[in-house]
Amino acid sequence: MTALLEMRGITKVFPGVRALDNVSLTVQPGEIHAICGENGAGKSTLMKVLSGVYPFGSYEGDIIYDGETLACRNIRDSEARGIIIIHQELALVPLLSIAENLFLGNEVAKNGVINWGEAYQRTEGLLKKVGLNELPTTKVEKLGVGKQQLIEIAKALAKDVRLLILDEPTAALQENDSQKLLDLMLELKAQGVTQIIISHKLNEISRVADRITVIRDGASVSTMDKHEITEDRIIRDMVGRDMAHRYPERVSNVGETLMEVANWSVWHPEQADRQIIKDVSLNVKKGEIVGIAGLMGTGRTELAMSIFGRSYGKGHKGSVKMHGKEVDVSTVTKAVRAGISYVTEDRKGLGLILEEPIVKNVTLANLPGVSLRGVLDKRRETRVAEGYRKQLAIRTPGVQQKVMNLSGGNQQKVVLSKWLFTNPEVLILDEPTRGIDVGAKFEIYTIMKELAEQGRSIVMISSEMPELLGMCDRIYVMNEGRIVGELGRDEASQEKIMALILKGEGKAA
Amino acid sequence: MAQDKKSGSALGERLRENGMLLALVAIVALFSILLAQQGKTFLQPQNITNIFLQNGHVIILALGMLLVIVAGHIDLSVGSVAAFTGAVAAYLTVKLGWPFYVVIPATLVVGGCIGAIQGYWVAFWRIPSFIVTLAGMMVFRGATMWMLGGQNIGPFPKEFQAISSGFLPDLTGMDKPHGLTVILVVLAIGAQFWLGFRARARDAEFGIEAEPMALFMGRTALIAAATGFVGYQLAYLKGLPNVLVVLIVLTVLYAFFTENTTMGRRIYAVGGNEKAAKLSGIRSDRLVFACFVNMGVLAALAGMMVTARLNSATPKAGTGFELDAIASVFIGGASMTGGSGKIVGVVIGALIMGVMNMGMSIMGIGIDYQQMIKGLVLLAAVIFDVYNKAK
Repeated sequence: MTALLEMRGITKVFPGVRALDNVSLTVQPGEIHAICGENGAGKSTLMKVLSGVYPFGSYEGDIIYDGETLACRNIRDSEARGIIIIHQELALVPLLSIAENLFLGNEVAKNGVINWGEAYQRTEGLLKKVGLNELPTTKVEKLGVGKQQLIEIAKALAKDVRLLILDEPTAALQENDSQKLLDLMLELKAQGVTQIIISHKLNEISRVADRITVIRDGASVSTMDKHEITEDRIIRDMVGRDMAHRYPERVSNVGETLMEVANWSVWHPEQADRQIIKDVSLNVKKGEIVGIAGLMGTGRTELAMSIFGRSYGKGHKGSVKMHGKEVDVSTVTKAVRAGISYVTEDRKGLGLILEEPIVKNVTLANLPGVSLRGVLDKRRETRVAEGYRKQLAIRTPGVQQKVMNLSGGNQQKVVLSKWLFTNPEVLILDEPTRGIDVGAKFEIYTIMKELAEQGRSIVMISSEMPELLGMCDRIYVMNEGRIVGELGRDEASQEKIMALILKGEGKAA
Repeated sequence: MAQDKKSGSALGERLRENGMLLALVAIVALFSILLAQQGKTFLQPQNITNIFLQNGHVIILALGMLLVIVAGHIDLSVGSVAAFTGAVAAYLTVKLGWPFYVVIPATLVVGGCIGAIQGYWVAFWRIPSFIVTLAGMMVFRGATMWMLGGQNIGPFPKEFQAISSGFLPDLTGMDKPHGLTVILVVLAIGAQFWLGFRARARDAEFGIEAEPMALFMGRTALIAAATGFVGYQLAYLKGLPNVLVVLIVLTVLYAFFTENTTMGRRIYAVGGNEKAAKLSGIRSDRLVFACFVNMGVLAALAGMMVTARLNSATPKAGTGFELDAIASVFIGGASMTGGSGKIVGVVIGALIMGVMNMGMSIMGIGIDYQQMIKGLVLLAAVIFDVYNKAK
């Protein structure tokens, strides 16, 4: 049997990062092929290469599709060949009807005039195929996420799909919607549609997948057939890498309990009945580095931001204590005053004002610290920024440089400086090394180590397990808004963390 | 100009300011030459005085508009608000006979309240400022007509007119030249050099690449010469107009506020990246609200100035002011998305508009061509910015 798709030796390099390194993937016609891997392992990049988001020529290696070399310049090209990708974030227009969405960009039209009769007729046929009982004229915003997901699939079918790629299709779905979707996948397979599914959920994978390829650190590790699939093997392949980065030696000097969060619950800001953080309790000791592990979307950022001045969510319940006394963290200013600072994972969106120079970014969270009765002392401000530039080794010709001109690692140091200038006792670092190169990572680790040695406490949220294991005294594992486990430095391992996450996922589902 | 890569951003900004200044000088020179060919003198004392008298309101509105735009919003209502507050001032003065020292603060408070109402919806309800102030534009235009009953109210007592047409009294008693004016001009020139050198010294200390000495001296000398020339002309006419004094005081005040206060800095932060500002503990809603209140107060001041100059409140007053103010802010280099723009730039932008208005009027260019030329200048200034950034 000749493969429908064969990707050979795909290498994709971004400035400073090798996102894919000699990845190979073979998909047989009519199968459901699962791709597994940690966050940032390169799954999405691989799919973007396949679908032409990264055009032919911007990567190395060959893609053989249906017996010939695939050279897509954009998504249109790949769609013309029947390769259709459904992203995790749905790409539907909420205010348009189902029929309008199904044929968006691909309208049932002659000379630009839409033939509504035929469009509705075909829509009904497609809806029947995906098992959705809705009128073609219903607006998409009226449908739940599960049904919207099915609309996406119907949209793919409208385009004569041959290879359907689903990127974490059940991530946002309820259990029964997930089951429906998986059933539909099997049905499509029976009709001869080849599918690739990206998923973390082992129970789903073992239910629908014929074969599975594990990707780790931008390289394909293994491909196994259905009968070879075991949970242990997948976990081992997903995490079993060498410690690629090194970590500074640290002697932990953990003191008294400093911060305690008790029974913390938070609800979604728009959907009042959706609980995002479920009764979380945790504590941090003086001079301790505490990790929070978990996959993306499990509520780690939401937990941190809701504690930091209720910057996320609604209906906050629970208490935060510092030094054993309950503190008010209802606004950012109050949280900062209580000694808590939060370094965001979204450096550019939430952390920095890119158009402004380093100096103005560094002092932004503590302007009173460089002013007298509301008038800025620019001399002092510059000295402060210069101080952090030297202390954290921010590489820049001067503190007047706009932060948009800095590299990711140096930008991260600017955000860190901003929060250090508020003199926090507890510093929450959300994905502190995301998107920065290996050398800069080590520098960030070293800064963290020094801060802990100074007696500050650090909460480190990260999707990269090796760095949690390398840096933390203790690790909490989070899943679906809950703390599902706590591991001390000595007992923690990648396998144990992954097992807690995956088992927790199974339990919640 | 050869630009060192690492200092490109700082010098680039200066380049723009210098460019604006050069454009202003070029426009003045152009009109001087064109009018000389018609046998008229452009830079005569009466014209210089008139540039400030006739455009003072634009500069004042532009100062407030800069803050609103920096915060990431827009205020389309300022023309109508100016007209309405002018009508309020006229009503209080002419119909009720209130003295000017009560009318002026009362009108400013009315302006502040109008700004507060609009700012409330924008800041706390997050209704787009374009819509809120578009509504305000219509509401207060209507309110002006209603207040005036479709008629003009005037004339005003001398004291009220002095807001726009008065001159600073000569306390030295020299009269020709106007002694106080001479003293103030000399002081102003001295201050320019002193502040310029101090800023250079500070830049050196902060590690900001200084512009070349020749460029700095050339520019400062140019501004000093212009100040001296304008001062000399004014001193031999009637001295410093009150309007100019108000303008200079406000310009210095707002420049200080935007560059040297925590509140000013925070407004820029909100416009630059509101989410990051909020996560840094900055209450963006309160700041936006304050910007609109400030805009309302300045609109009232501008409204009184125009009313005093025309010596009557009219239902049509202030039409198009908002567009002049907004154009000045963008010619002055502010960004449409907020977060950037300087007071000095805005004042130069407003002066460019004012000089063009006056020069073209004296030349006898029709209002039709004037509009087209002003529109093209605005477009050219913004294209210049975008091009510079893209480079």
